[in-house]
Amino acid sequence: MSEKTLNAFKGTAEQEAALKEVIAKHHDQPGGLMPVLQEAQGIYGYLPLEVQQMVADGLGISLSEVYGVATFYSQFSLTPKGKHQISVCLGTACYVKGSAKILEAVENQLGIKSGECTPDGLFSIDSCRCVGACGLAPVMTIGEEVYGRLVPDQVKKILDSYKEGGAEA
Amino acid sequence: MTINELNKIRDEKADLIKVRRVIAEEGVKLAEKTGYRKQVLVCGGTGCQSSGSKKVLEALEDELKIQGIENEILVVRTGCFGLCSLGPIMIVYPEGTFYAQATPEGVRRVVKEHLKEGNVCKDLLYKETVHEDGSIISLSETNFYKKQKRIALRNCGVIDPENIEEYIGTEGYQGLYKALTSMSQDDVIKEVLDSGIRGRGGAGFPTGRKWMFAKASQGDIKYVACNADEGDPGAFMDRSILEGDPHAIIEAMAIAAYAIGAHQGFVYVRAEYPVAVHRLSVALEQARERGLLGKDIFGTGFDFDIEIRLGAGAFVCGEETALMTSIEGHRGEPRPRPPFPAVKGLFGKPTVLNNVETLANIAQIIRKGAAWYSSMGTEGSKGTKVFALGGKITNVGLVEVPMGTTLREVVEEIGGGIPNGKKFKAAQTGGPSGGCIPAKYIDTPIDYDNLVALGSMMGSGGLIIMDEDTCMVDISKFYLEFTVDESCGKCTPCRVGTKRLLQILDKITSGKGEMEDIDKLEELANHMKSSSLCALGQSAPNPVLSTLKSFRNEYEAHIKDKKCPAGVCKSLLSFEIEKEKCIGCGLCARNCPVSAISKTDYTAPGKKLPAMAIDQSKCIKCGVCMSNCKFGAVIKK
Repeated sequence: MSEKTLNAFKGTAEQEAALKEVIAKHHDQPGGLMPVLQEAQGIYGYLPLEVQQMVADGLGISLSEVYGVATFYSQFSLTPKGKHQISVCLGTACYVKGSAKILEAVENQLGIKSGECTPDGLFSIDSCRCVGACGLAPVMTIGEEVYGRLVPDQVKKILDSYKEGGAEA
Repeated sequence: MTINELNKIRDEKADLIKVRRVIAEEGVKLAEKTGYRKQVLVCGGTGCQSSGSKKVLEALEDELKIQGIENEILVVRTGCFGLCSLGPIMIVYPEGTFYAQATPEGVRRVVKEHLKEGNVCKDLLYKETVHEDGSIISLSETNFYKKQKRIALRNCGVIDPENIEEYIGTEGYQGLYKALTSMSQDDVIKEVLDSGIRGRGGAGFPTGRKWMFAKASQGDIKYVACNADEGDPGAFMDRSILEGDPHAIIEAMAIAAYAIGAHQGFVYVRAEYPVAVHRLSVALEQARERGLLGKDIFGTGFDFDIEIRLGAGAFVCGEETALMTSIEGHRGEPRPRPPFPAVKGLFGKPTVLNNVETLANIAQIIRKGAAWYSSMGTEGSKGTKVFALGGKITNVGLVEVPMGTTLREVVEEIGGGIPNGKKFKAAQTGGPSGGCIPAKYIDTPIDYDNLVALGSMMGSGGLIIMDEDTCMVDISKFYLEFTVDESCGKCTPCRVGTKRLLQILDKITSGKGEMEDIDKLEELANHMKSSSLCALGQSAPNPVLSTLKSFRNEYEAHIKDKKCPAGVCKSLLSFEIEKEKCIGCGLCARNCPVSAISKTDYTAPGKKLPAMAIDQSKCIKCGVCMSNCKFGAVIKK
């Protein structure tokens, strides 16, 4: 399916140079692997195997160790994310106020499940545990933007405003 | 920096900050002395930023210039005020008037009418601060703030966290100076021990004893670490403290380092808290510039510095050994204790690990003494505790109360009760590791020991209020889903046990439960408690056990009657149309996604069209019919 082409690694020389710089910076720092992976994800947007291999070579540790860390923490992603990353808060305060229905509405609107990315690469959905904006529950974030006090009916309009040509606002 | 320089800054800033603490006449006189007629404080915490406080701040600064009064009014961007549901929050001192849910347009009016012309915009104030006779009360006189005792949150919502001079103006770094110059290492530890403070991260281990063990451990290198990996969903006090008063954490870590003989500190903070990380970085930089971190602090020969390490979204890393493994750059898996971190911690060296809220109290304990601190609280739990009040409650936000305050005071007085006239059903404390306290225990004084006796725990201080619409079996399931996701997988009781508990709960909520499932839940839960490696697995069954204890009848209703009393568990619900109320408009049928609704041949008296009915075999229980019906004819059973 389209997933294969979506996942094909397309790193640039600039990105590789930036990564090498990051590796050099943390090379001698005890416990430097996590900061390196965090910055690597900042450079590439995700952590494909190719990037993990470069990190392993650069830090002089095995790929399995890098992979172990990259897959342990939920912040690291081995697959690319959408242009607009949607995150629906399923923390307790939001959950009690019905955020499960918000997530359901987003999934239905986009036709994908949480953790997936739309085929056009525009949206990806994740759920998160508490963004700390419990006063606005239920909350979802799209990129840096926070939407609070949501009801399921608002979801379509919000998502449309991110679609090209479909922007109403 | 010398103590004289420190005192000079403190004396310069003291009045400016006092204006924000004292109200009315005295404040007005003080304000004249400071050169600023008024001060406007705008909350820059994550909650208020999410509701648009940046735009409010821009409009404020812009309008002050338009009105030509930008030199008379001081604008301060602070950390969290605590009343997050009313954000963006803006306070005007010396009056202490409290503008809630501020908008850029409203703010422009406030600048013109209030700040320039002196007429408070009553219609924009938080409505609880305006009495019927038109008189206005200040923020500190509202029910939300009146009963609070702010120690850990002392500077949150009061000072500009990105300005070290404001922190110094509130006696900042005086505790560190006192410790370094007039107390021995043992004196510091004794003071903390005598204060009776216990760790605010969850289990409540006495902080002073942790320090004592770490000092007693042999080793040339020791570490101090701060646990800011606040993972309990619904708890956000650590984030607010880091955002609102980061220097308090830096000062406390330096004091701890001196006490145990460490020279390097780490703050492990969630990457999901960008504002907190930013403010802490700014604070660290400023402390270094002033020589309050680095070599030879206050000329005493004591060296100390702090490094920030970002978490990457793993709940288990809030557990102390997992956190340290993560700082070391590995998968954040816990390791068996003993050896305890105080003996063999970070990179194998003796380490003290304290939670953010614990640390926020330390400098004040050193400055004001153990007796002052231990005069607050209960026999076994001294001082105050910050709670993140959330869920079905009117005033959502951060509250700090003395230990021993009752749940009723927190819910009904500070929290303003349950909205929409609903009934209080339970309070959940301790997040996924805690339990639910039913309504009958609402008068229990909250402290470590009472919560444990009720089958819950203090945890980090999330306090989620639930009303009658909350299904307790569903809530257990929710927490188990969380722990299944977050179990690191290292030990079997937790990895497999959480999954099995969830499967049984799934079975019950989908209407396939049998009575022996309850026994199975209890047996498995107790095994997990006794055999899991770390606190995550040991406490993961708590939500199940505590709801089974207090709400067993709900479990039984799901199993025996195949009903969800709160009307939450979808498989056990049915939607029906009351034919006497239905006018036959057909709105429900047009909106039904599965065409499960059709006309009957019955027309109710006085109605023109035949009533509708739902085909239960087709219904997917989405509830769309119910939300569309304007006549209340669709009911949930």
